[in-house]
Amino acid sequence: MLQAAQTTATQEPEDPGVVQELLTFTLGAEEYAIDILKVQEIRGYDAVTTIANAPSFIKGVINLRGTIVPIVDLRIKFSVGVAEYTPFTVVIILNIAGRVVGMVVDAVSDVIALKPEQIRPAPDFASSVDTAYIMGLGALGERMLIVVDIERLMLSSEMALVDDAAA
Amino acid sequence: MAIDMSQFYQVFFEEAAEHLASMEALLLAIDPGAPDPEDVNALFRAAHSIKGSSGTFGFQDMMEVTHILETMLDRVRKGEAPLTDEMVDASLVAGDVLKNLLAAHRGEDEADRAAAEAICHRLEGLCRALDGPRKAQSHASAVVPLPDPQPEAPRSPAGFDLLFALIGDVGGERDAFADLLTELGRIGTVDVLETPTSGDRHCHLRIVTDVHADVLAGILDFVADAASLRIEPLVTAEGGKEEAYGFFDDLPGAAAGAGEWRSSDDAYGFFEPLSSSVADKVTTEEAYGFFDEQEVADLLARQQVAEPYGFFTELPVQEVEAPAQLTQETAYGLFEPLPAVVEVALPVAVEVQVTEEVPAAAAVAPPQAVRKSSARTAGAGDSGSIRVSVEKVDQMINLVGELVITQAMLTQAAVNVDPVICERLINGLAQLERNTRDLQESVMSIRMMPISVVFSRFPRVVRDLSHKLGKQVELKTIGESTEMDKSLVERITDPLTHLVRNSLDHGLETPEKRRAAGKSETGTITLSAYHQSGNIVIEVGDDGAGLNRARILAKARERGMSVSDSMSDQDVWQLIMEPGFSTADQVTEVSGRGVGMDVVKKNISAMGGRIELDSMAGIGTRITVRLPLTLAILDGMSVGVGPETYIIPLSYVMESMQPERGMMKSVSGVERLIQVRGEYLPVVCLHEVFRIPGAITDWSKGIMVVLEADGQSAALFIDQLIGQHQVVIKSLEANYRRVQGIAGATIMGDGRVALILDVPMLVGMARRVMPAAA
Repeated sequence: MLQAAQTTATQEPEDPGVVQELLTFTLGAEEYAIDILKVQEIRGYDAVTTIANAPSFIKGVINLRGTIVPIVDLRIKFSVGVAEYTPFTVVIILNIAGRVVGMVVDAVSDVIALKPEQIRPAPDFASSVDTAYIMGLGALGERMLIVVDIERLMLSSEMALVDDAAA
Repeated sequence: MAIDMSQFYQVFFEEAAEHLASMEALLLAIDPGAPDPEDVNALFRAAHSIKGSSGTFGFQDMMEVTHILETMLDRVRKGEAPLTDEMVDASLVAGDVLKNLLAAHRGEDEADRAAAEAICHRLEGLCRALDGPRKAQSHASAVVPLPDPQPEAPRSPAGFDLLFALIGDVGGERDAFADLLTELGRIGTVDVLETPTSGDRHCHLRIVTDVHADVLAGILDFVADAASLRIEPLVTAEGGKEEAYGFFDDLPGAAAGAGEWRSSDDAYGFFEPLSSSVADKVTTEEAYGFFDEQEVADLLARQQVAEPYGFFTELPVQEVEAPAQLTQETAYGLFEPLPAVVEVALPVAVEVQVTEEVPAAAAVAPPQAVRKSSARTAGAGDSGSIRVSVEKVDQMINLVGELVITQAMLTQAAVNVDPVICERLINGLAQLERNTRDLQESVMSIRMMPISVVFSRFPRVVRDLSHKLGKQVELKTIGESTEMDKSLVERITDPLTHLVRNSLDHGLETPEKRRAAGKSETGTITLSAYHQSGNIVIEVGDDGAGLNRARILAKARERGMSVSDSMSDQDVWQLIMEPGFSTADQVTEVSGRGVGMDVVKKNISAMGGRIELDSMAGIGTRITVRLPLTLAILDGMSVGVGPETYIIPLSYVMESMQPERGMMKSVSGVERLIQVRGEYLPVVCLHEVFRIPGAITDWSKGIMVVLEADGQSAALFIDQLIGQHQVVIKSLEANYRRVQGIAGATIMGDGRVALILDVPMLVGMARRVMPAAA
């Protein structure tokens, strides 16, 4: 939604002419893009320690050089693709608001630069992802990139990654 | 001096805070009836040091308060006035005011000017009160060339004896002297006691004025030989305030004596003016001539050599190098811990040995000095210490934690290698393991602090509160050297304060009631700390009335809580930790609002601790707080359930066993009780709580771990016991959220994450959650 995009823009004041660098990855047949500045590293999928009574998309926690990092499988969360874990399964480690979170995706494609005008507002539509977390749809030739406001998504109560303010 | 003082502010703040703390400790320990002169001196020194350094740094407000405080203490120190309860009270209040001012300078608090003024007035009032009955004292001067002070100079705001040698040609002297008299006449009344002549340029003036000695020094600077200048406060009624300055001002005065005795050595002659019989008995300190004659006389009488000092006590008593011209700055407390500077700074120095003729003095002085320095060490932290930010230490602890994990991984990897071929590798790994463990222990010990840091604040709390409540209380502390993690020390202070206040307010009875009950009028509050099986246990006990079971139950009913008369005492006591629960009939300033015990309980649980209450009507109450030694490391037992590994903190584990069929008892068709040595314990199945697939469900094939938390027991059913480890606790919440039943996480030797069970919650679960019928 445009509003969502705008609010983000106001949160992080950027020169409108400046291109935004995005990391693209695939979930099933869909291509997603996130702000590359939120990405800490990319690594393979390791054995996780499951957390009891957690939602199914939270695979568990791993030891990332001494830090306990929760792993989210975005494929399960977005209900796209098949949640398989092969030696090629990739985990994108994000650093969001000081928190480190890993997310499992099918594959990481590349890093692209998009001008603001290349990001179109996403129309309202019903999907397993709340469109509030979609900043827009990026057009890159034939490809359509779903630009996700990853910070907002990961910190949302929906992801159950952070304690609710009330708790 | 164009030095930016602000860079030293931090040092000043820390030092002043330490001095204030030691002052408070001394005040609380002191017995007004028979004060230990050593304590009074220490008090004076603390006040003096604060005054000195706050003056140096330009914190005028602090200087004013300490100045008056110092003046008062000085009187006591010199034995001119007895120490009274009121003085101790006022000094304590002054300490509070100073703390407030200090915080204000640090930018942490608002300065309470009104309080500062109030305490100034109060202290001044006390000083004045001292003056009233005080007799005029005029001792024969021990310094030979000085004429005896006049029988009694007219009492006035303040007065000084000015002794100096005029400089300049003899011929011009008179004029200079006349000018000086005019100059001085403007600020006060001058009596000429000794006029300079061409042969003897020394003169003696007495001025009655309200200006500061420093101002006089400024005027006299132009006409007087600096080495001989001596400004001495008059011992008059109102002169008391200035007397404290005599400390500094006498300093050059010593040289004044010297000026008179120039024949041998200008700078050091001041040892000589003491009459020979006296001089024999004088130790080096006296030779400084720091105090006025009267004091010397006093001193000699008492043979208390080191007494009126302050700043030189840390110098070796036997051998002191005398400064030819100690500047006032040297005397400031700021430099106090560095007596070496004083010594080094003096190129020309005289060594004076304590003579054998002063056995008494020598016998008294050294132990005093030793005691002083040891007290200072305790208060100010080891002199050989460095200040390091907590973050750095924490970072180090984290890194060592990583190292321990890496070492464990290596050790595990080496299990598979052939010990014959890789003997050296294996030996090396064993060495590494030892070294890592030692390193870990020593790094952990950096954060350890004695609990006396917390306990030391309670004498004040108890004192203030008992006064307010009209109760007589004695505070006993046991096991103050017990060490615990710094972060715990910080977090335990508030809950403990609350518990102590509670004991005082609710626990202890008034003296009348105590007498009626046949107890001594003075109640006792006991604070004790000790280590017990990886925990630190802190107990707050009182010998008061104990908890009133009937009243608690009645209150609970009033509040609509479900209680019954058949509840166990333990359960009843737990009620007072419910939010909003208060049995106090009236809300007082101290307590009774019903916020408190629940907060205490919450805080202590947040630290991974537990709180227990024992009480007996008429005998007293004891509150036991159990805390882990540190928040960073835990002794754990690793257990397997299905494919998962969990860590149970060892402190909760009572025993583990393989259950036999007969031990399991069922209630309403569900086998959820186990009989262990005649006791029936509820069973919690970990695989059910955490919904772990593939776990053992047959009782006889798994293991029961008996856990105890919050005074309750339960058996936890798991698949197998794996081992016992020391684990580094990692926060799960840093990147994730709180998980029910999980207290934290750790990294195992193989690099995998294992979750640490929240035992109190699991045990509680056994009581609350009804398992589904099998």
